[in-house]
Amino acid sequence: MIYLQLLWSFFQIGLFSFGGGYASMRLIQNQVVTLHHWLDMTQFADIITISQMTPGPVAINSATFVGTHIAGFWGSIVATIGCVIPSCIIVIALAKIYTKYRQLDAMQAILKGLRPAVVALIASAGLSILILSLWQGGAVSWSPASVDWICAAMFAAALFVLRKWKPNPIWVMVGCGVLGAIIFPFLG
Amino acid sequence: MAKRDLRFYWKLFSSTFTLSAFTFGGGYVIIPLMRKKFVQQYHWLEEDEMLDLTAIAQSSPGPIAVNAAIIIGYRLAGMLGALVAIAGTVLPPLIILSVISLFYQAFRANQVVANVLRGMQAGVAAVIVDVTVTMGWGVAKEKNILSILMMAAAFVATYVFNVNVAFIVLACGLIGFLCFRQKKSGEVSK
Repeated sequence: MIYLQLLWSFFQIGLFSFGGGYASMRLIQNQVVTLHHWLDMTQFADIITISQMTPGPVAINSATFVGTHIAGFWGSIVATIGCVIPSCIIVIALAKIYTKYRQLDAMQAILKGLRPAVVALIASAGLSILILSLWQGGAVSWSPASVDWICAAMFAAALFVLRKWKPNPIWVMVGCGVLGAIIFPFLG
Repeated sequence: MAKRDLRFYWKLFSSTFTLSAFTFGGGYVIIPLMRKKFVQQYHWLEEDEMLDLTAIAQSSPGPIAVNAAIIIGYRLAGMLGALVAIAGTVLPPLIILSVISLFYQAFRANQVVANVLRGMQAGVAAVIVDVTVTMGWGVAKEKNILSILMMAAAFVATYVFNVNVAFIVLACGLIGFLCFRQKKSGEVSK
């Protein structure tokens, strides 16, 4: 049953995403694109892009989008609830442990182990989106003709700006969007 | 201490709703704003307590903004408080994304929108690569061989072999629990 599948998938996304929104992207991609084929990679990248521009956690945004896409209004509600249940249980349990023992030693050790994993997950999600952007969803090959060189140039310029001046990322993404609207009609 | 009447719940709901609706940039941005609202403006929580609650919200899995709302709501008014705070936090993205989903097909088919998204995807990729480099450098700088190996192994597992992310998280959490904890208690005993 589709509602149970949605609930279970987003329950897992809520349960295993540590370290904030960027780290949860790979988990969402894993469940929604690779395992269940609810979205294709372009739709997934759209959701990530839209999530960067709207308020709210990426996981909740994806839950709503995927839920609506697959099973309408109730789908979005069920997926969102699934995503929030693990938080409810674990946060309240940790709060109780914390008020009793005043320390989160074991949790700190687990989180230290998760940090390298979080970097790897963010890197993988980033690489998938980069490849999608540079080959526009087409087959990846070494032939220069298959590469979207305008996107490649925009990526390089955006990365340079981010590393050098550390602006708010939203402005970099808006900048790329505006640039895209202006130059693709002529060049792309 | 605030009274737990209808007006209290309404205030809790409307403040979490507004914070969620107008905060861009994720969990790390919303927590300082919650502090401002609940500690400095409403005096519902002490400064120290807010720090503890933040630590718990960031240590738990799931969206950080949701975790923070749960713990603040729960601390102020038990389970009902937590539910009210969750509703306030989850509704804005639920409403916004529902509207976007409804119009997505028409929206995506528009040539201008397609061009904007195509440009923004290059920007999003740059933002994520930037975050990866900064965080990866942070892990590498600690010069802990185990952490660096775990980072490489986790990347190969997820990117090359498409291993379920849940297994990677469980494995790395377990390694952290076994290795990083013992080291810490060893230091203390010296």
